[in-house]
Amino acid sequence: MSAIERYELPDTVEQAAEILRGGDVTVLAGGTDLMPQMQAGRVAFGKVLMNVRRCAGLAGIAVEAGRIRIGALTTITDLLEHDLIRRHLPVLSDAADKFASGQIRNMGTVGGNICNASPAGDTLVPLLVLDAEVELVSKPDGHLAIRQLPLRDFFSGPGRTARRPDELLTAVLVPMPPPGFRAGFAKLGIRPALDISIVSVAVGGVVADGTIAGARVAFGAVGPRPLRGTGTEAALEGQPLAQALIEAAACTARDEVTPIDDLRATAWYRREMIHSLTKKVLTDVAAA
Amino acid sequence: MSLLREIRFTLNGVERRLSVPITMTALAMLRDVLNMTGTKYGCGEGECGACTILVDGQTVNSCIMFAVDCDGREVKTIEGVAADEQWRPLREALVEHGGVQCGFCTPGMVVQASHVLSKNPHADHHAIKRGLEGNLCRCTGYKKIIDAVAAVAGEQEVVP
Ligand SMILES: Cc1cc2nc3c(=O)[nH]c(=O)nc-3n(C[C@H](O)[C@H](O)[C@H](O)COP(=O)(O)OP(=O)(O)OC[C@H]3O[C@@H](n4cnc5c(N)ncnc54)[C@H](O)[C@@H]3O)c2cc1C
Ligand code: FES
Ligand code: FES
Repeated sequence: MSAIERYELPDTVEQAAEILRGGDVTVLAGGTDLMPQMQAGRVAFGKVLMNVRRCAGLAGIAVEAGRIRIGALTTITDLLEHDLIRRHLPVLSDAADKFASGQIRNMGTVGGNICNASPAGDTLVPLLVLDAEVELVSKPDGHLAIRQLPLRDFFSGPGRTARRPDELLTAVLVPMPPPGFRAGFAKLGIRPALDISIVSVAVGGVVADGTIAGARVAFGAVGPRPLRGTGTEAALEGQPLAQALIEAAACTARDEVTPIDDLRATAWYRREMIHSLTKKVLTDVAAA
Repeated sequence: MSLLREIRFTLNGVERRLSVPITMTALAMLRDVLNMTGTKYGCGEGECGACTILVDGQTVNSCIMFAVDCDGREVKTIEGVAADEQWRPLREALVEHGGVQCGFCTPGMVVQASHVLSKNPHADHHAIKRGLEGNLCRCTGYKKIIDAVAAVAGEQEVVP
């Protein structure tokens, strides 16, 4: 049944990029998406299965030139527990806390969550609000080529991204949030643990003297990809974060999303829940 | 025929070396190749925790882990945890509190509970509940299991 002809275990990003250049490669990180997808027959594997676990340079979280560099192999547990994330990007550790179960958090990686490109991916929504960029490495003509792309331009549809098949996602880079930056994340599931988001919302911005600036809003599971809520951002920008604004912004959020009916929820319900969650997160951000 | 790959790892402290199909799960390797049947197959999708094992000290769902990914790593199963005197109080507490009924979830539960207590020896009820959220039990209603783990955490507290 398996068409895999070769298994590769590169030690360096350079080796991995070389293998990718050969074509028809499936990248394996934690496998928490790949294995269920394979067993359900939902993924066609390439001729080469490349396990990047041993790839030096894909692990670790560090501050680098004013940004926090989160290696692709960083697990969801690392996001939850790492001091740099808890201190500077608490919205990301909060999302990690709401992610699956302890076991899945120990296996699943940030790179896998991003490349799997589920519209419901729980790290994606906060990362969009944090203005994250992804780093992609390839070796098109014998030399390593590195490009950085804003995460908001990375997703093109369910499971589809701007990553070329010869590229490895090596890290996600998050600018150090400015002083006064506050953010929040909320996810709706049927139960707190082990549930794919029915909808999710993240909001961020600099709050000074009760006014929000640089407002960022992102929604999960309301379209073919996780997306920024530019209408809601405009409604918030430069305004005093008071009750009336929060209610108005939540209505804008409800009206700007275009979800679909599926087995988890109807479009109507999703829109209503976007309203509730946006209101909740904004209220928390205002009170923080 | 699926492509085979030779892997080496330690299983409950013992060096193992074997060939596995590339697409085989770690759970299938343990149960069907190595006849270590303590680890259970519940859902096969990462949802129930019956297949929980420790890899490099972290619990994972072996049903969605590639067996080849065990290569070079330290794997510990319920057989290893059960043989570890450190976890005798946990096993006894589960029996005392009636935390075992049909027993199907128990191996995964014990492995995960041992991990929760290793990370947080004084875990309270809330932390234990959160720690076990990836393990389903159809029999006990969870309370007895959580009480058992809490009793062990409470006992450990007395020891400075
Ligand atoms: C029971 C269960 C519960 C879950 N709950 C949640 C949840 O609550 N929230 C959520 O967001 N997700 C959830 N997931 C989905 C999954 O766990 C996450 O998406 C996880 O982050 C995937 O990471 P991974 O390392 O396991 O990815 P893998 O399965 O290894 O890879 C996923 C995809 O990304 C590609 N890929 C991985 N790394 C790279 C790289 N460095 N460069 C290029 N391509 C790469 C792979 O080829 C594959 O297509 C759940 C999954 C299960 C089984
Ligand atoms: S059998 Fe692995 S989680 Fe259910
Ligand atoms: S004791 Fe039967 S499933 Fe838990």
